[in-house]
Amino acid sequence: MSIDTVTAASATPDTAQPFAELGLKADEYQSIREILDRRPTSSELAMYSVMWSEHCSYKSSKVHLRQFGDKVPKNDSMLVGIGENAGVVDIGHGWAVTFKVESHNHPSYVEPYQGAATGIGGIVRDIISMGARPVAVMDPLRFGDPENPDTRRVLTGIVSGIGGYGNCLGLPNIGGEIVFDPSYQGNPLVNALCVGTMKHKDIHLAKASGIGNAVILYGARTGGDGIGGVSILASETFDADGPAKRPSVQVGDPFMEKLLIECTLEVLHAGLVEGIQDLGGAGISCATSELASNGEGGMHVWLDRVLLRDSTLSPEEILMSESQERMCAVVEPGKIDAFMAVCQKWDVEAVVIGEVNNSGRLTVQWHGQEIVNVPPRSVAHDGPVYERPFARPDWMDIRQASGPESLARPTTAAQVRQTWLTMTGTPNLASKSWVTSQFDRYVMGNTVLAQPEDSGMIRVDEATGLGVAISTDCNARFAALDPYKGAQLAFAESYRNVAVTGAAPLAVTNCLNFGSPEDPAVMWQFEQAVTGLADACLEMGTPVTGGNVSFYNQTGDVAIHPTPVIGVLGVIDDVERRTPMAWKKDGELIYLLGTTRDELAGSEWAHAIHKHLGGLPPVLDLSAERTLAEILVAGSRDGFFSAAHDVSDGGIAQTLIEMAMRSGIGARVAVPAELDAFVFLWSESATRAVVAVSPNRNDEFLAMCAAKSFPVTEIGVVDSSSSSVELNGVFGETISLNIEELRSISEATLPRLFG
Amino acid sequence: MTSRVGVVTFPGSLDDKDAARAIRIAGGLAVPLWHADADLHSVDAIVLPGGFSYGDYLRCGAIAKFAPVMEKLVDAANGGMPILGICNGFQILTESHLLPGALTRNDHLHFICRDQKLRIENNTSAWTGDFEIGQEILIPLKNGEGGYVADEKTLDELEAEGRVIARYLDLNPNGSRRDIAGITNARGNVVGIMPHPEHAVEKLTGPTTDGLGFFTSLLKSLVNDGAISV
Repeated sequence: MSIDTVTAASATPDTAQPFAELGLKADEYQSIREILDRRPTSSELAMYSVMWSEHCSYKSSKVHLRQFGDKVPKNDSMLVGIGENAGVVDIGHGWAVTFKVESHNHPSYVEPYQGAATGIGGIVRDIISMGARPVAVMDPLRFGDPENPDTRRVLTGIVSGIGGYGNCLGLPNIGGEIVFDPSYQGNPLVNALCVGTMKHKDIHLAKASGIGNAVILYGARTGGDGIGGVSILASETFDADGPAKRPSVQVGDPFMEKLLIECTLEVLHAGLVEGIQDLGGAGISCATSELASNGEGGMHVWLDRVLLRDSTLSPEEILMSESQERMCAVVEPGKIDAFMAVCQKWDVEAVVIGEVNNSGRLTVQWHGQEIVNVPPRSVAHDGPVYERPFARPDWMDIRQASGPESLARPTTAAQVRQTWLTMTGTPNLASKSWVTSQFDRYVMGNTVLAQPEDSGMIRVDEATGLGVAISTDCNARFAALDPYKGAQLAFAESYRNVAVTGAAPLAVTNCLNFGSPEDPAVMWQFEQAVTGLADACLEMGTPVTGGNVSFYNQTGDVAIHPTPVIGVLGVIDDVERRTPMAWKKDGELIYLLGTTRDELAGSEWAHAIHKHLGGLPPVLDLSAERTLAEILVAGSRDGFFSAAHDVSDGGIAQTLIEMAMRSGIGARVAVPAELDAFVFLWSESATRAVVAVSPNRNDEFLAMCAAKSFPVTEIGVVDSSSSSVELNGVFGETISLNIEELRSISEATLPRLFG
Repeated sequence: MTSRVGVVTFPGSLDDKDAARAIRIAGGLAVPLWHADADLHSVDAIVLPGGFSYGDYLRCGAIAKFAPVMEKLVDAANGGMPILGICNGFQILTESHLLPGALTRNDHLHFICRDQKLRIENNTSAWTGDFEIGQEILIPLKNGEGGYVADEKTLDELEAEGRVIARYLDLNPNGSRRDIAGITNARGNVVGIMPHPEHAVEKLTGPTTDGLGFFTSLLKSLVNDGAISV
């Protein structure tokens, strides 16, 4: 097997290269030739092809994502912003938090177990490479039609993968989402969020500084997994027998990842590391080019030193391999021995593969021959940037015009009761405990709230009770009706879910899941969603600290609903003051905060009962959303609430029964006089929450709402002697729902479908 | 003098910090022990915590029993030192033959994490003296391979000798024979339990504080046995 060297590339400018098979456009290939002033070697071509891919370069989204940087709200808590592995925010007492959500959609459809498992592995390494200890994970998941047999294959595999990897890693799984919609049939969404904590002094960045410093690759050995398109190149160039069949989905080893976490935190805290980078997409190509471009500007790599699982790998494959559980550290020569000792303690293999220099070039050598010699920025940062055409599609008019007004609504008490029972068991509203009970939520002993609470909450500091709450949300049907508003509504819901538990919203991350950017309609949805989110974050004072874009979630011409999953992180000074969702104390007064309008477009009722999607999403007043959050946080701090719960999917009907089912305690509720019972129960108007207030704090609570001019309506009372939720004023009658009956309906759906 | 309770960390141990926290809350001094260390650092008792030691890729606990620290631990256990194995720790104790039987894949084949009701069946072991016989407690359970199995003769012996520590109530979460959640050796110093008492020691983070009894029981038994001079 011959090696394509830099010398050979200069000598044979006319050699045909398989750039198109590697996903590069002709003009992109031409740019590479211009950057290098010669044809690339096969190794260089491989590096550029992966680093300039949509996934790594953000070439279609970059021009729009700039808004997150341009519209940064004034916020003193941001310590590290967009562009690093993950953003970092200050939460006080010398503590900082980093969090990020990423997609692993496509691998999880091909191979659900490993796709979902390695999705967690990747996001966890992003967090540890900032110097933080990962403390929790969450999984926003979306699946196709629950009755479709393929959904069973995908869901059970993904759930097992998340459990198999996450449980073994020792990170509590504290929340997420499980949503079903036929639009995800061929494109399930597997997003993974990780949050980590650290002291300010422990923040680390990915840069190769210090001339003469060693570049150490450590962790799992490099194998042939996750190579994807590079096998085309390898086979075209080196193998006359046809393409090598390399698996393009990576295989995870959570035990190695656990060792990698402990080993990495130990070398970081011992001060042995100058710069650090995880290996994810594009493997060694990505890590070396990014480290070099962020540091002194040059690096030399001896690629033949890389420890391999498979000795037959070609240099191109080694550069591209996405083998999991690997990290790259930049270490001063005098500290190499100490670094290696820590690796040995944790049984982690490590080898010096390169050296930082000031050559301005990334050079890679393979058994004495130079196979790569490129400006590192041209690989890592200066990839192509596209101004993709985008245009509002004509069908939006039809979609927005066909609202839910004509859909048949229940008009008698008996019909309301039956609708309520039916809605309780829909796959989207039913209990998710069949899934979440397969995840460890207790490990580490700091989980204060976990699913099905509004947000997950983690104690950060045992001494002070300082903690963080996180929620991820997106009603993609709203985004399908209006992507700008839909992204804002997703943000508002997540913001509210954090505030409901008593935490003050602080920062935002996102995972933007869309169809093909080459479709102007999809690109329009994307542009609208990004603009909507950036505008909302600016107005609400919560900066976007990082995120991820996943395009090409479509099968043929059919794209998924635009799905901008928004994660909001909030801070709570003392987790003892959290507000859980369950009714607890007899005689507490139940209030609805916010205004209920006749807003059913995109609602779960329209979807579940009528399979309808049309109209305009609920109106959103961001300043009201902020006021609601202030009331929820202040009420939690002042001890007004024994329970609070967000109103969103499934409306107040769902909110009430979830509060009852959580504790088994009943309530007596009345439909407010000015509202129709159906609208009261199933409207999904934004900016609402239900709270339970102690009678002796009632006046203070109402005074606070009045002072803030925020609408509040008394709707009922907690009744611990009752085992039912009773609703008065339903078309002149009273209906009663037994909590045990509700629970058996709610808990039966997922086991029936997937058990 | 405060009791010194060792917590062993194997590669892949996950609940070691939680076990140390529980010991601290109960009033003991938690002493970290490293799997590769053949010295027990003068501890008075040891907890083998939950997790996936060495990834548990072969059979749960099968590799951990060969760790250098285990040789000393087995000697100490045979000499009467109180040992508590939780979840993976229970698996390691059966693999090491300090306790009879084995833990197998849950009968429903899924990992399960739930708040589990138990009935305490023995209050004479080193780890259960603070409980009443028949007392019902609620503590987290989380395992993929928690089904307790042993031959009928062994199960009969365990019952006859009062060596079943706790039984699952309301629901058997993993197919354990005779609903057994935990057992002890004949001497009562070595206890293995599948659910996690160390996750139920604070009202804030646990479903209850029922798990604390295992650790306070230990500290009292150490004082009563004269292992610790007060």
